[in-house]
Amino acid sequence: MGFPHDHDLEIGTILSRHFGDPKARELDTWLTYGGYEGLKQAVEMDPGEITTIVKDSGLRGRGGAGFPTGLKWSFMPQEKSGPHYLCCNADESEPGAFKDREILRWVPHLLIEGCLIAARAIRAEHAYIYVRGEYFPFTSILNDAVVEAYEAGYIGRDILGSGWDCDLTVHIGAGAYIAGEETGLMSSLTGGRAEPKIKPPFPAQSGVFGKPTTVNNVETLAAVPMILINGADWYRQWGTEKSPGTKLWCCSGHLVRPGNYELELGVPLKDVIYDVCGGAPDGKKIKAVIPGGSSTAMLTADELDVPSTYEGLQEAGSSLGTASPIVLNEDTNIVRAMRRIADFYAHESCGQCVQCREGTSWVAKILKRIEDGDGRLSDLDTLYDLCEQLTGRTICVLADSVVFPLRSSLDKFRDEYEALIGGRA
Amino acid sequence: MSPKIEISLNGSTVEADASATVLEVALEHDLFVPHLCHHPDLEPAGVCRLCLVEVDGRMVTACNTPVTAGAKIRTDTPTVQQTRLGAVELLLVNHHGGTIDCEEGEACDLNRIARFVGADEARLGRYRPPDRTLPVDGSNPFFTFDPGLCVLCGICVRTCDEIVGVAAIDFVKRGFDTTIGSAPGKQWIDSDCVSCGECVERCPTGSLSFTGFETPEYEVTTTCTYCGCGCGIHLGVSGDRIVSARGQRENPSNEGRLCVKGRFGFTFVNSPERLTTPLIRRNGALEEATWDEALDLVAARFSAARGDAFAAIASAKLTNEENYLIQKFSRAVMGTNNVDHCARLCHSPSVAGLVQSFGSGAMTSSSKDLGDARCIFAIGTNTTAAHPIIGLQIMRSIRAGGRLIVANPREIELARHADLFIQHRAGSDVALLMGMMRVIVEEGLHDPEFIESRCENFEAFQESLAEYDDATVEEKTGVPFAKIAEAARMYAENSPAAILYAMGITQHTHGTDNVLATSNLAMLTGNVGVPSGGVNPLRGQSNVQGACDMGALPNVYPGYQKVELPEVRAKFEQAWGADLDDAPGLTHLEILRGVTAGPIRAIYLVGENPALSEADATHAREAMEKVDFLVVQDIFLTESAEYADVVLPAASFAEKDGTFTNTERRVQRVRKVIPPVGESRSDAWITCEIARRMGASGFEFESAEAVMEEIASLTPSYGGITHDRIDQVGLQWPCPDPSHPGTRYLHAETFPRPGGRGRFVPLEYRPPDEEPDAEYPLVLTTERSLYHYHTATMTRRVPGLETLRSEELVEIHPRDAVELQIASGDRVRVTSRRGEVEAHALVTEASPPGTISMTFHFHESPTNVLTNAAWDPVAKIPETKVCAVRVERA
Ligand SMILES: Cc1cc2nc3c(=O)[nH]c(=O)nc-3n(C[C@H](O)[C@H](O)[C@H](O)COP(=O)(O)O)c2cc1C
Ligand code: SF4
Ligand code: SF4
Ligand code: SF4
Ligand code: FES
Repeated sequence: MGFPHDHDLEIGTILSRHFGDPKARELDTWLTYGGYEGLKQAVEMDPGEITTIVKDSGLRGRGGAGFPTGLKWSFMPQEKSGPHYLCCNADESEPGAFKDREILRWVPHLLIEGCLIAARAIRAEHAYIYVRGEYFPFTSILNDAVVEAYEAGYIGRDILGSGWDCDLTVHIGAGAYIAGEETGLMSSLTGGRAEPKIKPPFPAQSGVFGKPTTVNNVETLAAVPMILINGADWYRQWGTEKSPGTKLWCCSGHLVRPGNYELELGVPLKDVIYDVCGGAPDGKKIKAVIPGGSSTAMLTADELDVPSTYEGLQEAGSSLGTASPIVLNEDTNIVRAMRRIADFYAHESCGQCVQCREGTSWVAKILKRIEDGDGRLSDLDTLYDLCEQLTGRTICVLADSVVFPLRSSLDKFRDEYEALIGGRA
Repeated sequence: MSPKIEISLNGSTVEADASATVLEVALEHDLFVPHLCHHPDLEPAGVCRLCLVEVDGRMVTACNTPVTAGAKIRTDTPTVQQTRLGAVELLLVNHHGGTIDCEEGEACDLNRIARFVGADEARLGRYRPPDRTLPVDGSNPFFTFDPGLCVLCGICVRTCDEIVGVAAIDFVKRGFDTTIGSAPGKQWIDSDCVSCGECVERCPTGSLSFTGFETPEYEVTTTCTYCGCGCGIHLGVSGDRIVSARGQRENPSNEGRLCVKGRFGFTFVNSPERLTTPLIRRNGALEEATWDEALDLVAARFSAARGDAFAAIASAKLTNEENYLIQKFSRAVMGTNNVDHCARLCHSPSVAGLVQSFGSGAMTSSSKDLGDARCIFAIGTNTTAAHPIIGLQIMRSIRAGGRLIVANPREIELARHADLFIQHRAGSDVALLMGMMRVIVEEGLHDPEFIESRCENFEAFQESLAEYDDATVEEKTGVPFAKIAEAARMYAENSPAAILYAMGITQHTHGTDNVLATSNLAMLTGNVGVPSGGVNPLRGQSNVQGACDMGALPNVYPGYQKVELPEVRAKFEQAWGADLDDAPGLTHLEILRGVTAGPIRAIYLVGENPALSEADATHAREAMEKVDFLVVQDIFLTESAEYADVVLPAASFAEKDGTFTNTERRVQRVRKVIPPVGESRSDAWITCEIARRMGASGFEFESAEAVMEEIASLTPSYGGITHDRIDQVGLQWPCPDPSHPGTRYLHAETFPRPGGRGRFVPLEYRPPDEEPDAEYPLVLTTERSLYHYHTATMTRRVPGLETLRSEELVEIHPRDAVELQIASGDRVRVTSRRGEVEAHALVTEASPPGTISMTFHFHESPTNVLTNAAWDPVAKIPETKVCAVRVERA
């Protein structure tokens, strides 16, 4: 899978314009594409000015939660009393998501430039890119680019003669989904087990090495250079008031043309599924779509006519997440699909919180016995009960992540569950 | 005190500490909020999620949410209740064999919580749990881990990290398979665990539980007999046996914490090998005798050896009262100042050096205050092994952001935690410290005001620094000068800075100079007379401070009052009703030498084992063999007792009353926990009985308390100490009168020297007595194992400690090992000019190239046969830390 794929929606691509062009990885070529122009501006600017532009652009975090990026940066202390750090979250492990991978692999300099601009905005002297262990092959591409950028003076001492210093380190994770949760990431980065931590303290107060830290997703940071160069209004020409700009989609499942597409936010979800990706192959009907990656609520085929914005999908009872729709056709066994999802979360729970460690595993076990024909109707009550237990009670939202697809599948496809149970009480 | 605020707790308005958490406030108001992962000693982790309550309508974990003024807290809403019940059910199903009433009963917090939330076993069935039996990890000799009972609260993990600083364990694996351990598939014993049992003590469920302990009938509070940390312990008794141990939380020296020896090391007391009757040598063999026979014989023979033919060697394992009695006996009854004890071999330079510079030879700070130091400079101390509970204060200091500088020829455990680790050549301390001081002065980092107003002799000292130029210091220490300069700056720029040292400083022919160097450094930077700073000799044995304070030293009466001062002597002559000798007596080594080349004909050896502990031990054995009359008073038939003419069975620390003074000058109670084993008697009783049979008066004490009254009347710094006052918590000397609260840190305003000023002493570098050469190309340095104590007469009789470390190991650097074709586990022979010893080798980078290291705990490999008895001219301590050896495969 992956890029390039053609599609006929007209947008000015920000992130993916050079996907598929191996020369774009090289600094020389990248400079001819306008690379590091944003950084040149940034080093002349006051950190606060950069943050304001990003705030005005309405850019929202692409790691799943959609938190306004400029606002997050503004939480960092304005006065420094010690080092600040930036962490770029490249742990991308959510089932269905494979967008950050493409950025690492095709346009590493775009990411580096984004990291540096963000680092300047939050007054950080060191940026870390935490890359998912399984992305090892792409890490060498990134590392090559980092070396080039260091040599060319875009990273390191006295960047572009501005007197500003900033280092950048690529750190390879060891393969845990939970290392993608920001506090788990920081713990893993500093040598601990990837374990989310209770807040407060928030990362902007005490993060990496106990110092103020901002964590941003790869795609978020990659959007920053163009915003800085072209301005907030330019970015707002796409999308809606609350969800401006473009978004990299990761479309997978039963589709004719699965893959990555950079689309304007607000495109109706059904257009993404049917027009861009060509709907389900072999003339099959679509049964359900999990729109934002495996941690979002399922929509039925009848519910797809929603604008693909943060607010639009929320109104539809789901969420945009990482914009990674997983499409299930009419032949799909929903219980089995759900069990596969639950297995993932049960396996990836870091094991600290009682409800998550125990609950996700019971969800997986109960689904498995229903799938295997050993279910009882009372199991459905227990599953609903577990949905309660797993909602809003744990340190991080990994526990909640299993609830969204689970509850929606129970609500919307109860008949499939009951059919497998066959009336046993 | 933080300000009070008002909050609403389930509808009623209550007052709360503004700095408290919701959980603390609720518990304080007797409102139980279930919690499993909260522990008052630890930072909140918020992982069990049982303490969720509603604050202003929002669900939050009570254990980490601070109260705010006006907050509306509800712990009784249906959501809160349903949340608790759900979580408890989930725990019970997988972690308690699906039952509510597990065998742990009330001791298990989950049990109590399950009852509190009204968990119903019947409801657990809906999960249809499969059988799950997880193997119990019994690999540690002192405790077991049963994952089947573990609720994964992480208290053990955080204890090991936050308090112990070892971080031996963590959560292992993920999700449902999560467990506690060091790595998947590894057993507890394979981890870095130091078996302190702190995690077991805090485990809320009994998942971690002590193996050897029994539920005691009652507990007696006393002081640990092992190291100078002097921890308060509650010993549990069943019948006449010690069956458990627990730290005393109210005791500031340890605040409830214990190390492996202090928690598990007391089974020696009930060992079948205890001496239970007196022994007399008849026809070459030690035979059982009655007390009357033995004491009469001793009294008769001692009577014939009055004066300088007699010498007593007391012990830092005895109480203050006993040391007092032994020196009084020697001086008043035997008419000689020939009394010394093992402090000669460990910390005599501390007394000699610190008295010279500060006027008082003791740790200046309190143990607990060390945790608040902004910088700790640990030189020549393997604190985590030899003073584990003070080691915990180092951990506390670095956790709070304090700097740690470690200087040690060996890469000890602490090095891993250090901001700077300086691996200097054994014996090069003066060069290192003077080099640091030169940097401090040159860069203006010293404290001229302190020097000017509180010290003397600075100019002469300053001149002596010139000699320590970069090149010289580098050459002597083998450390790049830049690093030494960095250490100097780190120490000088982070105040209060505390220097900690132990025998790495003292056991040298220039031990006193080393000590003087540390006090110079502390004065130079104004780090004396402040809490959490100063110079802190970590005294080795439980009562080494007290034994010195009590005058078990040849040159001073109790309280360091000099024997040669007429007014002092007059005071003691009057108090004791005897004529006293005005010449200082012989020191430890001199006493033994005095047998072969001097006047010594009778030795009274109490609680000491020179056969293993004395440098050049072969000579010590020869002396003991040769002396006319040797009385050994001990709890076991030690290697030295085998040379005795009479062996007197002593009661252990757990069988008598008295006091110990720990390294931070805290005088604490030692209590009779069980009756003396067999016919053994307290050392105090024995000494008094010998004196009585020799016709002396002044030894008719009814109790240890009465002895302390006499001590207090003659020892100014103990003037205010009575057993009554230290019933619960000890007092730190100086404590001159009954209303004095004791002294937390020394020299706050003046130094107890003539003129009241601290004295700088110029120092000249002197190399160790014996340096490696072609024949003996390696340096041998000695160390201690955490698991053993001194000559291990006690610890090797504790089976678990013997399991954790059962033999001598010659630690050797890989480079030397390769050259000598030695691998770990090979049997090697170590030879010095004085003897040879065999042991197994351990190839490790902890030892620097060119230096090997051994303990002196194991009689099978008596390390001190190798060591050099050349001594410091002032303190007369032998150079146990450096000698030249050769190593070859045996
Ligand atoms: C269980 C879990 C896994 C996560 N994994 C990722 C991830 O792989 N990549 C990512 O960018 N954010 C991930 N997040 C979100 C991060 O916590 C964080 O919100 C995000 O990196 C912030 O970046 P943004 O503001 O740019 O979106 C995860 C969150 C949770 C709870
Ligand atoms: S919710 Fe799950 S993954 Fe997140 S911290 Fe708790 S146990 Fe770990
Ligand atoms: S062993 Fe005890 S302290 Fe450790 S996690 Fe389990 S229950 Fe908690
Ligand atoms: S016994 Fe001590 S060292 Fe061992 S795991 Fe427990 S706390 Fe850590
Ligand atoms: S006690 Fe608060 S989460 Fe465990």
